Amino acid sequence: MNMLLQKDREFMLPARATFIAASLLVALLFNGLPWSGVWLTLRPDMVALVLLYWCTHKPHRVGIGIAWGIGILADVADASLFGQHALAYTLLAFGGIVLHRRVQMFNLQQQTLQVFLLLLASYAAYAAVHWQVQGRFAWGFMLASATSALMWVPLTLLLQSLRRPRGNSERL
Amino acid sequence: MDHTGSVKFFNRGPSPIVRLVFFSLLSLLLLFIDSRHQYLESTRSILSTLIYPLQKLTALPPILWDEADDFFTTHNRLLHDNEELRAQHAADAAQALQLQGLQAENVQLRTLLDMRERLKVPMQLAEVLYAERDPSRQKLLLNLGQAKVADGQAVLDSSGVVGQVTRVLPMLSEVTLITDKDHEVPVQVLRNGLRVILFGSGNPNELELRYAPVTADIQEGDMLVTSGIDGTYPPGLPVAKISHIERDPAYPFARVQCAPATGVNNQRWLFVLSSLDKLPPRPESGAEASSLKGKRSAKAPK
Repeated sequence: MNMLLQKDREFMLPARATFIAASLLVALLFNGLPWSGVWLTLRPDMVALVLLYWCTHKPHRVGIGIAWGIGILADVADASLFGQHALAYTLLAFGGIVLHRRVQMFNLQQQTLQVFLLLLASYAAYAAVHWQVQGRFAWGFMLASATSALMWVPLTLLLQSLRRPRGNSERL
Repeated sequence: MDHTGSVKFFNRGPSPIVRLVFFSLLSLLLLFIDSRHQYLESTRSILSTLIYPLQKLTALPPILWDEADDFFTTHNRLLHDNEELRAQHAADAAQALQLQGLQAENVQLRTLLDMRERLKVPMQLAEVLYAERDPSRQKLLLNLGQAKVADGQAVLDSSGVVGQVTRVLPMLSEVTLITDKDHEVPVQVLRNGLRVILFGSGNPNELELRYAPVTADIQEGDMLVTSGIDGTYPPGLPVAKISHIERDPAYPFARVQCAPATGVNNQRWLFVLSSLDKLPPRPESGAEASSLKGKRSAKAPK
């Protein structure tokens, strides 16, 4: 019971709008770093992860609409077709919101698997669009969903620690 | 008062499913428009201006890294580099001497032949901001925007052709590399002037020379330079070197692989050539021309 309460508290931590916006911007920045070669294929998609984090932790603050908007920005930054990232992130946000209760029940390691499946689904949508337009299925995108899922634990820990109010951690 | 529906205590707008369907359809619509038409380029320009500061910021870590690297360069390496550069310089100086002689000779020959001198095309320096995500498409984004570059301008580095500008945004421009799958360059074999077309393969270290007959006079190690007949690339720029030839008499064409003359994607600074003069329009083909003439002559008697 105590365990459960503590976990719930983790999910109930307050989040300011500026913090949410800043985390998404930093994620866009991370994706825009000059990756190349194998690293480009393996690059964890931070924007997807941060979106998923907010969709599962604050489903009423960050929803499908915001995910779509961020997707459009990602499309411009990546010079991909308009709507390609937007579609993938829309699906991802939907999955995150529908499953947010379920994700909250698990601990971090178990969450990784759930997150991996969600990412895989959204990347499949991305790759399907790519396949329709370019005529070739890019399996490389699937690898990226695995590396992204591996980043879930560190990212969650980081964002949680940033959200925790400073100074009164003993009282909690 | 009768309540037919269930009471809603919290109004949170449409349900997730409705939103999912709405935004997915919106995305698909955008995808359709963007892949078939050009209507969205201005929207893209506006949004790209919005995220330009972000992109500028992302180019910072590599610059800092380079600077730190410069700072910690060892004495030994400097000495080594110095020696190498000296040797290179000596070799270059000898070649430069020859070059002057050849240039003078060339000028004489050209004036003799009454040919117009080749234009010196002005060029500008551009910095590579980042490469595109999609590994199957070979594209780069440069930091020069609308004001300085135009669609179709050629992009070079110090040792040869890198690609051409294919999309211009307010602050950035997109370059398609010669190794991109959808990119072709008309080239000439330097040794004998044979004209061929070089296709990108989607692999950064490989180009393909297609439609060269099995009996064509090409050898491994031949240098390929631009022929300039496309009006995009000025003539005489090195593009690639033939690395492997497979002649199988069962096929009409030889399989020829080439390696790009430049490390196509390991440069941070590139040159963008200003546009070349427009080529004269293509003459009408024989059949069309005659049918047009026919029409005109038929109308004339009226």
